[in-house]
Amino acid sequence: MENLGIVYALIGAALASLGAGTGSAIGVGLAGRAAAGLTTEQPNQFAKALILQLLPGTQGIYGLLIAFLVLAKIGLLSGGTAAVSAESGLLLLAACLPIAVVGLTSGIAQGKTSVASIGLIAKTPEQFGKSMIFPAMVETYAILALLVSILAVNAIVV
Amino acid sequence: MEYTYAVARIRSKEVSLLSAHTIEQLISSKSYKECFEMLEEKGWGSGEETQQDVEQFLMVESNKAWQIVKESLNHDMSALKVFLYENDFFNLKAAIKMVYTEEVDEALFIQYGTIEGGDILRAVQEQNFDALPDHMAKAALQAYETLLHTSDGQLCDIILDKAALEAIYNAGKESKDELIKTYAELTVASSNIKIAVRCQLTGKNIDFIKDALAFCDTINTDTLARAAANSMEAIYDYLLTTDYAGAVEALQTSASEFEKWYDNLLIDKIRPQQYNSFTIGPIVAYLLARENEIKTVRIILSGKVNELPEQSIRERLREMYV
Repeated sequence: MENLGIVYALIGAALASLGAGTGSAIGVGLAGRAAAGLTTEQPNQFAKALILQLLPGTQGIYGLLIAFLVLAKIGLLSGGTAAVSAESGLLLLAACLPIAVVGLTSGIAQGKTSVASIGLIAKTPEQFGKSMIFPAMVETYAILALLVSILAVNAIVV
Repeated sequence: MEYTYAVARIRSKEVSLLSAHTIEQLISSKSYKECFEMLEEKGWGSGEETQQDVEQFLMVESNKAWQIVKESLNHDMSALKVFLYENDFFNLKAAIKMVYTEEVDEALFIQYGTIEGGDILRAVQEQNFDALPDHMAKAALQAYETLLHTSDGQLCDIILDKAALEAIYNAGKESKDELIKTYAELTVASSNIKIAVRCQLTGKNIDFIKDALAFCDTINTDTLARAAANSMEAIYDYLLTTDYAGAVEALQTSASEFEKWYDNLLIDKIRPQQYNSFTIGPIVAYLLARENEIKTVRIILSGKVNELPEQSIRERLREMYV
């Protein structure tokens, strides 16, 4: 098949946005439920709860970024398609996997940690600074995966 | 079912639970009046109760706890059957006695059950026991007829208590939550111990005791019944071989010491729920913590009204959840 390289690359881009986006959607959804619970009882905690809810949302952005890089690489964003060999396409797909997988798992894990942190500020609102650190730690691994995916996508010559 | 929203709401309410420090302040208050006012300042009661109206004052708090749980769970309380059944049987016991004595007072019913107290009352009045839920119907008929024919209120209570324990045990088995399972098992086991001790003290025979005890996993009811028919020492010896060895020392002191031992055991079991954010556990823990808190406040208020020394009140107190 002539365009197999493009197909592989597109699968990679799709996985990056699907995996990371799903992780974020689940994480933000979980934290949102806890944030709503806290805001019902303590409406003045809305802003703090919202920040904690948004923390797991970054994985979706990372997935989108990698998907964009891949689409740009194969020329889809400039209206045409570059000649991508099957080998290059597979390489791009492999490069997307770190953010696809880690984006999914870290988004969910970060959402759960945000829920726990919302519980923390429900009881001790003055500990908001500390409560942000716990979910932020999970972010580290999403950023590491993002870095690997960026470096790999950039390094692949099509 | 998803409990994240409910747990976050309950977490906010945990802040207003009475801490050990506040309990100490209540004990140290100079008088019953001061103690009562201190509770009112903490938001207890509805503001309409007089200081003589303690039971109503505490009932308001119990209803507040149930109301917040009901709202948090979006009015779906099916996961809390184990508690609702307890309330159902309390209401059934009250309804049968109201009908028997012809003194009806619907205000005595607990609001939160699987069926309204008023509906239970009508079912008993019309002797239409089929209108009651399955877990109550048979026991209601048996208890009502027993009371009618023998006028033995104690026997009526035993029938209903056993049916309540069986319903709680089954609800615990059906539940997927570990804390609810533990609570159901502890409730049945501790009730069995209390029944065995009471039967021993009143010299009941082994058949009566076997009938009164309800099946549970951590106590062999046959062995406990034989021990209870034999002697108090035999009960202690048997309990030392079970998970409830710690109860022996409390039982040797007094029945109220055993109640205190059991309440503290329960609080120990629920305490880890303060760090759980996803299951129904924290909601169950909140209900039990509020119940424990209300019990503690009742002890303090009763101590204050009877002008007991602080130390004497302190000895009766339970551990707090927060």
